[in-house]
Amino acid sequence: MRALAWAIAAVGLGLAVLFLGLEAAGFSATAGLSALWLGAFGSWDAFTSSTLVRAVPLILIGLGISVAFRGGALNIGAEGQFYAGAIAATWVGLQLAGQPRPVAIAVLLLAAALAGLCWIVIPVWLKLRFGVIEVISTLLLNFVALSLVSFMVQGPLQEQGHIYPQSDPIAESARLPLLPGSRLHAGLILAVAGGLVLWFLFARTLWGFRLRAVGLGPRAAEVSGRIDSQGVGAMALLISGAIAGLAGGVAVSGVSYALFQNLSPGYGFTGLAVALLGGLHPIGVVISGILFGALEAGAGAMQRDAGIPAVAVYVVEAVVIVVALLATVPRGGWIGLRAVVRKRIAPGKAPG
Amino acid sequence: MLELVGIDKRFGSVHALRGVDFTLARGEVHALLGENGAGKSTLMHVAYGLVRPDAGEIRIAGAARRITSPRAARALGLGMVHQHFTSVPALTVAENVALSAGWPGRPHEMRERTRLLSERMGLPLDPDQRAGRLSVSLKQRLEIVKALAGDAKTLLLDEPTGVLAPPEAELLLQMVRNFTASGGSAVLITHKLDEALLTADRVTVLRQGAVTLTGPVAGQTVESLAHAMIGGDPGVPLTGRETVKGSEPRSSRELIRLDSLEVSRESGYGIALRHGSLSVRAGEIVGVAAVEGNGQRELLRAVAGRIAPLRGKLQVAQPVGFIPEDRTSEGLIPALSLTENVVLGLGSEAPWVHGGRIAWREATARTAELIRDYEIIAPGPGTRAAALSGGNQQKLVVARELSRVPAVIVAENPTRGLDISAAAAIHARLRSAAAAGAAVLFYSADLDEVLHLADRVLVVTRGMISEAAPGASRSEIGAMMLRAEREA
Amino acid sequence: MDSEVLVAGFLAAAVRVATPLMLAATGETITERSGVINLGLEGMMLAGALAATMGATAWGPWSGVACAIVAGMILAAAFALLAVGARADQIITGTAITLAAVGLTGTVYRQAYGSGGAGLSIPTLESVAIPGLSEIPVLGMALFDQPAPTYLALLSMPLVWWVLFRTRLGLALRATGEGAAMARAAGVRTKLIRTGATIVGGGFAGLAGASLVLAQVGSFTEGMTAGRGYVAIAIVVLGRWHPGGIALGALLFGAATALQFLLQTLGLDAPYQLFLMLPYLLTLLALAGAVGRVRAPADLGR
Repeated sequence: MRALAWAIAAVGLGLAVLFLGLEAAGFSATAGLSALWLGAFGSWDAFTSSTLVRAVPLILIGLGISVAFRGGALNIGAEGQFYAGAIAATWVGLQLAGQPRPVAIAVLLLAAALAGLCWIVIPVWLKLRFGVIEVISTLLLNFVALSLVSFMVQGPLQEQGHIYPQSDPIAESARLPLLPGSRLHAGLILAVAGGLVLWFLFARTLWGFRLRAVGLGPRAAEVSGRIDSQGVGAMALLISGAIAGLAGGVAVSGVSYALFQNLSPGYGFTGLAVALLGGLHPIGVVISGILFGALEAGAGAMQRDAGIPAVAVYVVEAVVIVVALLATVPRGGWIGLRAVVRKRIAPGKAPG
Repeated sequence: MLELVGIDKRFGSVHALRGVDFTLARGEVHALLGENGAGKSTLMHVAYGLVRPDAGEIRIAGAARRITSPRAARALGLGMVHQHFTSVPALTVAENVALSAGWPGRPHEMRERTRLLSERMGLPLDPDQRAGRLSVSLKQRLEIVKALAGDAKTLLLDEPTGVLAPPEAELLLQMVRNFTASGGSAVLITHKLDEALLTADRVTVLRQGAVTLTGPVAGQTVESLAHAMIGGDPGVPLTGRETVKGSEPRSSRELIRLDSLEVSRESGYGIALRHGSLSVRAGEIVGVAAVEGNGQRELLRAVAGRIAPLRGKLQVAQPVGFIPEDRTSEGLIPALSLTENVVLGLGSEAPWVHGGRIAWREATARTAELIRDYEIIAPGPGTRAAALSGGNQQKLVVARELSRVPAVIVAENPTRGLDISAAAAIHARLRSAAAAGAAVLFYSADLDEVLHLADRVLVVTRGMISEAAPGASRSEIGAMMLRAEREA
Repeated sequence: MDSEVLVAGFLAAAVRVATPLMLAATGETITERSGVINLGLEGMMLAGALAATMGATAWGPWSGVACAIVAGMILAAAFALLAVGARADQIITGTAITLAAVGLTGTVYRQAYGSGGAGLSIPTLESVAIPGLSEIPVLGMALFDQPAPTYLALLSMPLVWWVLFRTRLGLALRATGEGAAMARAAGVRTKLIRTGATIVGGGFAGLAGASLVLAQVGSFTEGMTAGRGYVAIAIVVLGRWHPGGIALGALLFGAATALQFLLQTLGLDAPYQLFLMLPYLLTLLALAGAVGRVRAPADLGR
């Protein structure tokens, strides 16, 4: 349970830094932090409609990133994959009027996951065929996705009046059911279920074990385990992309019901922090996702009620990442994190 | 010239050096003998400033000195030739020498000075060649030139002949004698008794961090040195065989067969093995002698099924147990536990895998059995592999592979870096596996080990396999190992 | 329109857009050659941009530049402390630094300028024409009639090349990036070199941010770097960690963006987002083509 202690320390330190920073910048830190708390946990409504709603995409993306990470690959393109999923979900969602609800939702989510998968296929192919490190390629595609969204909402997917840069709302049947009386949607079930399924896969199956082995020792996995390390790594990335795309679909089907720019307030990067803080453990990621959801929900309240820019919360996230990172350094692995990350800068095929 | 007085050093709970005294006189070759782990390298690392002693004094030419870094050591005229390759592979020979010697960075100047120096020392090198591309003996040469470039009067050589074929080793030792004849002094760290007897003027033996013998070489014998090294009957002959056993196989069942096999280099460029033909029968132990980089690695890995051949016929009876050369990066995943490493090796055919799910309790129990069986020193199956010593790690790899009850066993340098008792244990396991009907194919950079363990000896040179005749001597095999290089 | 003027204008725009990229990429080359990959480059550029804005408003454009370099170096020092000093993973640390920088710049910006901060007028760096050279047809206007940062970028190229390949320091730096353990055995102070290389890289990134605000755009908006820092990293790979190649890579990128303006001038109607995407896609393409023949510093990232 040392991991838990580190996690708590990380968050505590992050909040402390925020406190000091706010005071230094001339804001009222106590007002800010209390607005943060109230915005996240102050009431049942705050908890479900703000915190949990924001937690869902973070949990999903965090899970996806942790799968990739376990396989020894780093997916920094979750933002782009999210948007790819959102675009597909919107397009499909607009066509599903009149379909039975379960079918419509299933089709929409499937399309979203597929789109996320397609979005990460290019970096995977570049890595396998040309040795391009996935860190750069996934990163660059984020920007392409952003431009694509902009293009879509001002072009093919623009709403009928052609005035606003957003799409028409998707069909009623394609929307995720809500918890009565709040804005919390069934996507939460997906997120938690995903965590449980991955937990089982990692802990009890050969597949999960192989993934872990490849992440911690790709060479030994190949030579002694006769595992195709490249293939496993590629598969981990593909799954990661699909889950991120799914997150985009859930965002459209459960929250926004339409596509517009800035649908994601940086989920792809926050998801990184979520995965790290959760120690790459699926249940840890779920809890960590809720925590970060709370942070972001609180940030909104902080801006509204105390006049502090919401982006300040990024500082907390950065501190959390750094502390989580430092936790991995002394022992060479919170869960072998250091060994995993060391393998990823592989030079391209060397001419010898 | 160089005096080490009362050197003491602990690494955690390991008492590596216990009040060691060592004296090197001017113009002498002094052999420093001991088993793996006896403290020889550590002692010289102290002299070279890589390790700070807990107690003791270093004296150069009578004056006490503090040597806090290799740079300081070099300034005092010490040069070290390490066991492992310490040049930066991507840089050129000249750049590596300049870096080591502290020369200014102008390329033209670096090149000229390197060329002059290497030729003057009788060790010519091409200054513009990338260090990573040099052959093994040239790499060794670069190490020496680097040491000498700093104007070294005292050379510390750490197991310099480890990777060299016998004729090359002789050349190296001759160079050392020449160096001392012209006024230099040299410390020769080695575990090879015959080298010490032939080359050195004086000898010091370390056992478990303490000096057990020191004095002139004249008057010492293999037995007296061995006794000082091990203290008592080793139970295993140290120098072992001098010739190839060449025994006839008991069975006629062929377990490995190669016909005109062609395998490309692991790095992907060029052919490593050509027209490879080989037959190994049940119960045979076949040893491969070769200089690094001649294709023996590809041969073994093709047999083990880790590299797909380009052409030719390859038939290997399954299952195959493979003991790779590098236990920490290929044999084991250090961050995982012993149980997990066993699970890794046995994959989906293991008894604890049921329909894609792993029964961890079964796997842990089996691992505990293996630990007991092979006398692996570890707190338990849940220990991380990184926590084990090299010898125990290797035992785990061997245990795992043999638990498969393989028909064929392929091993690369199976006892590298292990002390005599651990090595003997592994040899015993391989022998009993062969006695039980497996075919064993192994490679060792240590020719002694090959002769000691193998029934038949193969030599691989430049990708061609040839077989040493029964009764062939060490020098004959050495000549075979270098033959194609001279003819080419 | 006179085609010569058109081409000259296109080239000039390409060079102007390329300048911040070239500066950031040059700095990153030094850092990566020592074995450190700095994903915090984006954050350092952004911090530099904000510092330049504030410094220029207070004391003039060149003070802005100085502030920007310092800002970049401070962030780089923080990064080096974690990634080199504590040996934390470089990729994640870099990402964290960028996150922190985005948060910090956003907060500081709002605090300093209020929520309606856009449209400030800040003293900018105007183009300085080099007499004689700027009269060369086509190329003259493109290369020699640019704001000062462009000249800094062009000059830094041969300077960095000389240091890397003609001095002891450069040799030690390259050795650190190609084989740190071996370099240490030869007495090289690898941690010191890596820290220094990272901080220098951060200074260049800050300068790049300054050039973006003061010599290209003319004002500050939140997140204005828009991934340029990451593109700079891609350019380093494209340019094979060599100052000359990097200049070409940056120009390629600049040209792709300038193409957008050119086509607009020619009246060709195409969705502008396509041109926004083009440079990133081109980079990916070039990476795929280039990587087969490229070798990163052997110890990069370790």
